[in-house]
Amino acid sequence: MASPILQARDIHKSYGYIRSLQDASLEVFPGEVVALIGDNGAGKSTLTKALSGVIRIDKGEILVDGKPVTFATPQDAREHGIETVYQDLALAVDLNPAENVYLGREIPRPGFLGKLGFMDRKAMQRETERRFRDLGVNLKDMRSAVANLSGGQRQGVAVARALIWAKRVVFMDEPTAALGVAQTRNVLNLIRRVRDQGVSVVLISHSMPDVLAVSDRIVVLRHGSTVARFQKGDAKSDDLVAAMTGSLQMEGAA
Amino acid sequence: MSTIESSKDNAEVNDPAARPQPSLLRRLLVDRPEMMIILALVIIAGFFVAVRPDAFLSGINIRNMSIEAGMMMFLAVGMTYVIITAGIDLSVGSLLVLSGVCAVLVMRMIGIDHPAAPWVGLLVALGCGTLWGLLNGFFVAVTRLSPLIVTLASMGIALGIARLLSGGVDITGVPRSVVNTIGIGRVMGIPVIFLIATAFAVLAGVILHRTRFGLHTFAIGSNPQAAERAGIKVRRHLVMVYAISGFCAGLAGYITLSRFASTTIAGHSMDNLRAITAVVLGGASLFGGVGTMFGTSVGVLIPVVLASGLVIVGLPSFWQEVAVGIVLLAAVLVDQWRRSSRSR
Ligand SMILES: Nc1ncnc2c1ncn2[C@@H]1O[C@H](COP(=O)(O)OP(=O)(O)OP(=O)(O)O)[C@@H](O)[C@H]1O
Ligand SMILES: [Mg+2]
Repeated sequence: MASPILQARDIHKSYGYIRSLQDASLEVFPGEVVALIGDNGAGKSTLTKALSGVIRIDKGEILVDGKPVTFATPQDAREHGIETVYQDLALAVDLNPAENVYLGREIPRPGFLGKLGFMDRKAMQRETERRFRDLGVNLKDMRSAVANLSGGQRQGVAVARALIWAKRVVFMDEPTAALGVAQTRNVLNLIRRVRDQGVSVVLISHSMPDVLAVSDRIVVLRHGSTVARFQKGDAKSDDLVAAMTGSLQMEGAA
Repeated sequence: MSTIESSKDNAEVNDPAARPQPSLLRRLLVDRPEMMIILALVIIAGFFVAVRPDAFLSGINIRNMSIEAGMMMFLAVGMTYVIITAGIDLSVGSLLVLSGVCAVLVMRMIGIDHPAAPWVGLLVALGCGTLWGLLNGFFVAVTRLSPLIVTLASMGIALGIARLLSGGVDITGVPRSVVNTIGIGRVMGIPVIFLIATAFAVLAGVILHRTRFGLHTFAIGSNPQAAERAGIKVRRHLVMVYAISGFCAGLAGYITLSRFASTTIAGHSMDNLRAITAVVLGGASLFGGVGTMFGTSVGVLIPVVLASGLVIVGLPSFWQEVAVGIVLLAAVLVDQWRRSSRSR
């Protein structure tokens, strides 16, 4: 198999006395969907944030293409083509979808005005509408503030934003939590689609059917540690649950 | 003024799935809170025009109102930025005074008849305001103290220093040229103060609504964490926003000098609250993320129009405070209602 694009080794992260991650590891290979699963509080979101540059890790190693990197800011992760759908979505709800998509990487106006910091709002709006249409994210009103959207629509905006920018890896922290059946299916199809275009996806989900449906590999976190890894086809729902709760002999498999 | 606003109009026209009628008012209120306040201004001004058209629309009354509004606009411009970041700046009135005192002292030092004195005074006022704003910003953004407390403290400190420097009494020493060209100056009958204030507000509005800097200001007020994750340097941006507010206070301090040809140490204790009132009347939300420079300018006009109109129709001007209070309450209620109606 090819070598991993992104690799996290022996990651530790504590918040005061709470050890959110202790010896967590994860590797992401080119063009695959990895599911990252675990019970509530297992450390999935913390690992996602560590690999997105949102939090600094206490100990451990992050490698991109086999080379060690430090992600001090989300910018650093983005520069390596890593985008994230955060569990809390991280949307500025008073801005509209296009402003959210381009926040921090606005399209400048051509010429001198652009140098002064003026944005090309029309271009940003047009591009966003085009990409949303491509991705099948349909909003009635593309110019209204995100605050006026439903929870599921907001999730759609956050997912679309990450997919629009991602070059190599997308982390999706429970991207379907607020979605209905049809929208969930749409997101799962999108995951397959970006994977087929060569962007790897790390999917975090509590829904075992969804996980089993799209993932090529499954990594299980428990109490902040990576305790099991499964290949597609090796895993049945019961095994996954057993690994997550630690009720079976899986512990030895880590 | 804002492309957000104008683009929303189009959306409503083009949107095939536009919601049915009853929501039109709701949409206006939700998306364009400043519409309410324009309506209020039109009603208030219309009332005074109807009752005493001669006096209310007289040249002298309009000039006076435009000067009053212009003066308040400087502070309100900075306050708009600050409030959009979900902050508050209580120090602006004191800082206006301090900047003015520093400017006068320096101008006296180099001699008020010195040809460079007006410019040096301006630089001192702007520099003093900006530096103080940077300090406010540092404490708000870096030490993460509440802006209310930081600027409450710095309000007291600034006024105290101003009194110490001036010995507690107002000092004169403003170059005549400054008073003549700015303070009492007119261009084609329009007070220069109003012209400067308008140009300044338009510039600040264009920056707020058209540039990345402006967008980042809204984003930080809306969700600082999301802004951070989008790669915005939130702390640095906040420091700059408080510096802008300080700059505005410094400019207001200089303009105030030109108007009264003297410092006015005791006259600005309520300016901070007046500026906040104007911004909130203009549809900005104290929770951040929402506001327009256009709304603020309307919010500045309402108390001014009320004050002069009430005197003209022969009511005690104290009614102005009552009326402004009521309109302010209404504005905050509308904001609250907007927020609850949209968070599902
Ligand atoms: N900012 C923080 N401060 C303190 N503790 C934190 C913080 N973030 C996470 N934790 C703790 O770290 C642990 C792991 O949290 P994390 O959010 O990564 O879990 P998770 O696997 O994503 O859970 P869920 O499925 O509920 O989203 C939890 O015990 C949590 O309380
Ligand atoms: Mg989580």
